[in-house]
Amino acid sequence: MITTMSAVAATLTDMGEASTGEAILFWVFAPVMVVASLGLLLARKAVHAALSVITVMIALAFLYVAQDAPFLGVVQVVVYTGAIMMLFLFVLMLVGVDSSDSLVETIKGQRGVAVVGGLGLVAVLAGVVVTATPKVPEGLDVANGSTKDSTNPEELAAIIFGHYAFSLEVVGALLVTAALGALVLTHRERLVPKRDQKARVEARVKALAEGGTLTPLSAPGVYARHNAMDVPALGPDGEPLEVSVNRVLKVRGQEADADEYAARVDRVLAGGWAHGELEAAEPDTDGDDDTSEEADQ
Amino acid sequence: MTTLTLFAAVPGAEAAETVKATGPASAALWLILLPALSAALLLLLGRRADRWGHLLGVVAPVASCVLGFVIAIQLLGLDSSERLQHVDVGSWIDAGALNLRFGLLVDPLSVTFVMLITFVGSLIHIYSVAYMEHDINRRRFFAYLNLFVAAMLTLVLADSFLLLFFGWEGVGLASYLLIGFWNHEVDHGHKVGGATAMENSVASKKAFVANRVGDLGMIVAMGLLFAQLGTVAFHGRPGTHEAGVFDLVGHGDLSTAMATGIGLMLLLAACGKSAQFPLQSWLGDAMAGPTPVSALIHAATMVTAGVYLVVRSQPLFDQAPNARLVVAIVGAVTLLYGAIVGCAKDDIKKALAASTMSQIGYMMLAAGLGPVGYAIAIVHLVGHGFFKAGMFLGAGSVMHAMDDEVNMRKFGNLGRRMMFTYVTFGMGWLAIIGFPGLTGFFTKDSIIEAAFSSNAYEQSWQPYVFGTVTMVGAALTAFYMSRLFFMTFEGRARWEPGTHPHESPRLMTWPMVVLAVGSLGFGAFFGKMPWSHWNGRLSDWLAPSVGHPHEHATPVVAWPIITFGTMILVGLALWLAWTRFGSRAAQVPREAPPASPLVVAARKDLYQDEVNNGLLVIPGTYATRALVFTDGVVVDGAVRGVARGAVAVGDQARRPQTGFVRQYAATMAIGVVVLIIIVLAAQII
Amino acid sequence: MNLMNYLVLSTILFSVGATTVLVRRNAIIAFMGVEMMLNATNLALVTFARINGNLHGQVLAFFVMVVAAAEVVVGLAIIVAIYRTRRSASIDDVNLLKDVRDPA
Repeated sequence: MITTMSAVAATLTDMGEASTGEAILFWVFAPVMVVASLGLLLARKAVHAALSVITVMIALAFLYVAQDAPFLGVVQVVVYTGAIMMLFLFVLMLVGVDSSDSLVETIKGQRGVAVVGGLGLVAVLAGVVVTATPKVPEGLDVANGSTKDSTNPEELAAIIFGHYAFSLEVVGALLVTAALGALVLTHRERLVPKRDQKARVEARVKALAEGGTLTPLSAPGVYARHNAMDVPALGPDGEPLEVSVNRVLKVRGQEADADEYAARVDRVLAGGWAHGELEAAEPDTDGDDDTSEEADQ
Repeated sequence: MTTLTLFAAVPGAEAAETVKATGPASAALWLILLPALSAALLLLLGRRADRWGHLLGVVAPVASCVLGFVIAIQLLGLDSSERLQHVDVGSWIDAGALNLRFGLLVDPLSVTFVMLITFVGSLIHIYSVAYMEHDINRRRFFAYLNLFVAAMLTLVLADSFLLLFFGWEGVGLASYLLIGFWNHEVDHGHKVGGATAMENSVASKKAFVANRVGDLGMIVAMGLLFAQLGTVAFHGRPGTHEAGVFDLVGHGDLSTAMATGIGLMLLLAACGKSAQFPLQSWLGDAMAGPTPVSALIHAATMVTAGVYLVVRSQPLFDQAPNARLVVAIVGAVTLLYGAIVGCAKDDIKKALAASTMSQIGYMMLAAGLGPVGYAIAIVHLVGHGFFKAGMFLGAGSVMHAMDDEVNMRKFGNLGRRMMFTYVTFGMGWLAIIGFPGLTGFFTKDSIIEAAFSSNAYEQSWQPYVFGTVTMVGAALTAFYMSRLFFMTFEGRARWEPGTHPHESPRLMTWPMVVLAVGSLGFGAFFGKMPWSHWNGRLSDWLAPSVGHPHEHATPVVAWPIITFGTMILVGLALWLAWTRFGSRAAQVPREAPPASPLVVAARKDLYQDEVNNGLLVIPGTYATRALVFTDGVVVDGAVRGVARGAVAVGDQARRPQTGFVRQYAATMAIGVVVLIIIVLAAQII
Repeated sequence: MNLMNYLVLSTILFSVGATTVLVRRNAIIAFMGVEMMLNATNLALVTFARINGNLHGQVLAFFVMVVAAAEVVVGLAIIVAIYRTRRSASIDDVNLLKDVRDPA
């Protein structure tokens, strides 16, 4: 596939012009990339910025392939979008995805300097490109091995493992070092001893004196009519157990009223079956008949 | 008289061939090692040696003394040409052109000193056992004394100027340590003349500093010698072709001007060590030390090191008649100076110190006379060592009896209470004033006679001037010593209430007796005595080292006139002192009465300290202050100015350092843009 | 089409990346701006390789990618470490490089 792609895209005219197909490809992708890059610059949320960058990178991969660099195109997708940007996203998750960034500038004059710097860079770099003495592009047909029936990755490999063998070794060392460095940087020293099972048991026994329990907390009351986490279980004495309801629900104010259920149980035990009272006293049930519920107990 | 004839007239110079030491003389190193090891042991063991330290301290110099006598007897049995014995100990300093061996020169001169130092030293050590009995630091005292003995022996036995200088500094150190020995109030019950520990410390520092001024001369002299002759050894080693300083100076290797310069530098050193004018001011204050120290170091031995240096450097001074003349002048000035001060001092030790100064002036004068005087200077030195040490010990005994009182106006009539002290001190007194038949008579008379010798000078009037000075000095000596003696032992008792004078313990009296016997007999045996078989024995003995005097002394006045004239002057002074201080009728006020300006000046050391302060200390202080001010304002100002400038620049430079990475990045971006613009502009233009 | 267009695109991407670094306070976004600059450079390198007719430009781009990968690993680790201690990913909060003394 790589061979075909390069064969299609790489031909240059005698004047060094790219083919029409390539021009179309470029003019389709270039605006997309510029817009996406501006997305990086302007997006309020970091995730959107990351997506913009991914867009730019994938587009770049296409352009690489179009420019007779199929190996780099693949590596671009695998390394940049596949590894690096994923790493970015992971870190974004870690730091907090939904913390949107304020775009209000806090450093005085920084925005102006940035605009001047950015536009200035565009201007001077474009100036460099424009003033450069044009050379008729040679194309990579020969370099990519069309004459000796080899391909771009093979030729690249010959250069990397031949001419740049030492650099490759050094870069390998750099990668290992970087991996170790990341390990060291993100390593967190354990400040307190690990709480194992034994420690937890001992803590529980110790907490017994202050009203703790040895056993796990009781599960919420799961009744035929409710079958919900927000209803407290009833203890052996018929009293509702507040601790059986998840504390998150309590914090959010989503628990059912434990007193109501206790009162209802009392009425049942007292033989009170007045339907209307029950209806009135039941605030957040769906209006179904409670008798079956009481009978279930 | 030219230098050449002078030099040719010195037999000692021709005999200046050293031979390798044989027999006991080859063990001369042990003379030094014994007291040195003892000192080291006493100092290193510290309080552990307190119980027996003083015994070891006594044994060491006694052992050295015995060895010294053995060596002396050996030398006596040798032919005079073999009496310059050299002990080669080993290589000492081997640095480039300076290749110096550590060696000892055992010759009559050094052996004479060895015997003086160890014999008198031993007696004083024994005396100190009793004198320092109640001092808790007695062991340390003996360690310092031993250190002194070792250093002094090194000084006199040295075979080179550098080793001599080593001993020279060693005795200076010991002197410093011992003058300030009572530098801690709680250490001792003693207060010498009411001096406090602080005053003692100041006195020791004063002595140290004055000595350093002299040492500068020594160092310069050694530097000149090394630059001119390439060596500082006295003689070449026997059996080698090396040449020492004294082998070279006579053969035109040293110009007269250079020899004069070196001689003057050596004289400066001698002035510092021997308390000669103008560096004499420290000796009076040095009496702050314990009395045995005054006896040993500041009367008998160390202060005579300057005389030793001049006599030892005799071949150099023979080359430089002008330097020698200066030596004689210095000696004459100090002679009169010390005598005048001695006449007015009421502090018994300071009066004795002034006397020491004056007597060393005699020796210096004699040494300055050249070949005529070297030997008699040494003879007087040895005799003086005996009687002055004896008198100091006597003074110590008196102080011991009078609760450490030193003011003679509060003594009087002590002779009846302290027989031993009285008699022994009396012998010393008679000896120093030149009583016929006693040591001083022979030794000092020789000097007076030599001072009148025409062949010691280049100008015909000089014998009369120096001769007269010595005679006047003799009269003054008789007056102040008699005054001292009468004020202390005769007249009416003027004691402080509550003092009960008593004789000192036997351990203190019998060293005084031995020294008194020495004062009596020394001159008779070794001084000049034309009618005796012993005539000039010591001079003859010293001849291999310093030349023979009798062949040269030709007085301009007949010797009987000199001798009897001196005796008459001494007799007059004696009578004057008796009427004013000795007889029962004499009134000696207990407080110093108002007196003539000369007496007032003499009481204040002829304003020596004031002159020193005015000429040196105060200008020095102001110069130092000016330097400190310059240093503070100019030098430090420049340094601080640079620092302040750097800080100011830094303060401005850190304004852009906001800590915001983005600002740094912005700076970089703008910088890149500007750089590219520059590159582009360069390409386009 | 002239190959210079690639270079101009590269210039624009580079400048936008640089501006991002200057403008955005979120460390991760600024870091992505750096990546963008590197990518823009790579595009230029690949284009140069094509113009010159040899593969050394591509090799260089390859090395840039490898180094960028290492850089990202370490850089993100640093960002995480800082975030852990300061609960913030803003690079303006990390300003200890400045002199702590009160500027005169």
